[in-house]
Amino acid sequence: MSAGTLYDKVWDLHRVAQLPGGSTQLFIGLHLIHEVTSPQAFAALKDLGLRVRLPERTVATVDHIVPTTSQARPFADPLAEEMLATLERNCSDYGIPLHGLGSGRQGIVHVIAPELGLTQPGMTVACGDSHTSTHGAFGAIAFGIGTSQVRDVLASQSLSMGKLKVRRIWVEGQLQPGVYAKDLVLHIIRVLGVKGGVGYAYEFAGPAIDALAMEERMTLCNMAIEGGARCGYVNPDAVTFAYLEGRPYAPKAEGWERAVAWWRGLASGADAVFDDEVRFDAAAIAPTVTWGITPGQGIGVDETVPTLEQTEPDERPLAQEAYRYMDLQPGTPIAGTRVDVCFIGSCTNGRLSDLQAAAAVAKGRHVAPGIKAFVVPGSEQVAAAAVAEGLDRVFREAGFEWREPGCSMCLAMNPDRLEGRQISASSSNRNFKGRQGSASGRTLLMSPAMVAAAAIAGKVCDVRQMINTTP
Amino acid sequence: MTAAMTTSSFPLGPIAAVLGRAVVIAGDDIDTDRIIPARFLKCVTFDGLGEQVFADDRAELSGEHPFDRAELQGASVLVVNRNFGCGSSREHAPQALMRWGIRAVVGESFAEIFYGNCLALGIPCFTASHASVLSLQDQLIADPDQELNLSLATASLEDSRGQLWQLELQAGPQQMLASGQWDATSQLLAHDSELTRTAESLPYINGF
Ligand code: SF4
Repeated sequence: MSAGTLYDKVWDLHRVAQLPGGSTQLFIGLHLIHEVTSPQAFAALKDLGLRVRLPERTVATVDHIVPTTSQARPFADPLAEEMLATLERNCSDYGIPLHGLGSGRQGIVHVIAPELGLTQPGMTVACGDSHTSTHGAFGAIAFGIGTSQVRDVLASQSLSMGKLKVRRIWVEGQLQPGVYAKDLVLHIIRVLGVKGGVGYAYEFAGPAIDALAMEERMTLCNMAIEGGARCGYVNPDAVTFAYLEGRPYAPKAEGWERAVAWWRGLASGADAVFDDEVRFDAAAIAPTVTWGITPGQGIGVDETVPTLEQTEPDERPLAQEAYRYMDLQPGTPIAGTRVDVCFIGSCTNGRLSDLQAAAAVAKGRHVAPGIKAFVVPGSEQVAAAAVAEGLDRVFREAGFEWREPGCSMCLAMNPDRLEGRQISASSSNRNFKGRQGSASGRTLLMSPAMVAAAAIAGKVCDVRQMINTTP
Repeated sequence: MTAAMTTSSFPLGPIAAVLGRAVVIAGDDIDTDRIIPARFLKCVTFDGLGEQVFADDRAELSGEHPFDRAELQGASVLVVNRNFGCGSSREHAPQALMRWGIRAVVGESFAEIFYGNCLALGIPCFTASHASVLSLQDQLIADPDQELNLSLATASLEDSRGQLWQLELQAGPQQMLASGQWDATSQLLAHDSELTRTAESLPYINGF
């Protein structure tokens, strides 16, 4: 059993009571809500005649359904309009702060909470969205919950939880140029599998992790859930504190010094005990691309689609389903696969450094004929910062569309979607069948720089070759 | 579909057993996007999700999907393979299954959030070994008319031939379902003074 890890310490600090059935009542320090998984929770609260226990510990934004072309109200889609209006009404009825469209602070929930300084080390963070694991990048214990649990957090500021085991994922070495946190996490999931993390929290540590900037750590923790781990985290360090200092909700003045001291003490100690440990070498990782229908079906861009013989026996049925659905032949190189749509955005890779990496590839080049390529900043703040640097112009000149912030084609609840059998190069996190809005649409996951490279070439290609050559 | 039609038989109170026929959905890693595609999340109530469960898979199989087969209508047990319900945290997935008629799930393993979401609705998720799930599925496909009896107390499934299948049900959920306390809200509200104490002890709640 784990001991002395950040996970153990944060868990112990937030324990409220032992519940019948053996689970623990855990206090939730930060609750994030959005328009998709909250309306039924508020309806249940009303039915039960309950109030919101600590409205100031819940923060709302809109992201999943918002259009990214025109955000003028009312939305063209009446259902989307109804969802947004419902959230606005619920927030005003219960006194919950809402960072709405045009506030300057709206965006994907997992982008705005960190950039506002809401997410801090040592917190428990819950949100009705599985990618809540993102916030673990700060040394928070953050996990996705269902709508009944959203109701529970609203009503009681706590959840009934079972404790997870802790697996340390130790990453040696350094990522090579052109290889990003996205490639690292796709590689980890490829090796450990999409269910390898079930029952675990993942602690990411080691020299390669220490060297990651906060936005890269967010990308990494964001996809812990795709590896089955409900939460993933990185111990807070100087990089974390430098990111947080001065943000709107970060502690100020003497509070800041005390906070940093407290945060430091939460990191897993040298004597921490883990339930399991797995090691990786960052230097050996290539830009990674998924070829199949789960995020675990990834390969290096210089590899070939695995054959059945190269696939573990119990993974073979899924591989066969993936060959059929993706229409990719085992044994053929993934590089050169033609794409139709290129999407840069999402809570995995819609932050400023992601757009910078993609823009560096796009600059001075042009999207291949017939390719639809678009960039959706993760938040209004990301959009403003990118515009201030002229990234929107770089993208537009290269033939990319520049959109308004939101989840967009990550899950295609808004008008951004694949058509028919189209195949996308996408910087998002899920390549499930039908994920991007067409029941037969296909998704290749990769880093934003790799998406930009695919847009330029019209096919999957190794971004390292574009980084090393001038256009 | 009216609310009255659908809500009357939803799980309520202590659950001792789940009775009925079973539907088999074969395959590992069936994700929540397949159980309920994202476009159906555009709703402010869960009513009506039952008709949309597995929508894309059903359209692809035009009438041949287990959830459309005439002989499987009214089934209440779902038998699946590994890592069922992975992906999104959307409670719309178990809600859609429940509104179609599912009251219990048997499988080799489940994604955690999905498992918890089912529990919050009063739907037990039983596990069994790889081999016994496969042979149970084979048997149910061969003879879909069997009336099953899933007992929560013994975590076992009895088929209509009298054969007993040993399953597993985690002790916590078992106790919560059997006692009718699977809906956590009231339990959580019972410890309000402890909750206040916990909040007071946390530096970040109190400005450090
Ligand atoms: S960007 Fe995608 S994964 Fe992230 S919160 Fe939005 S829909 Fe979910």
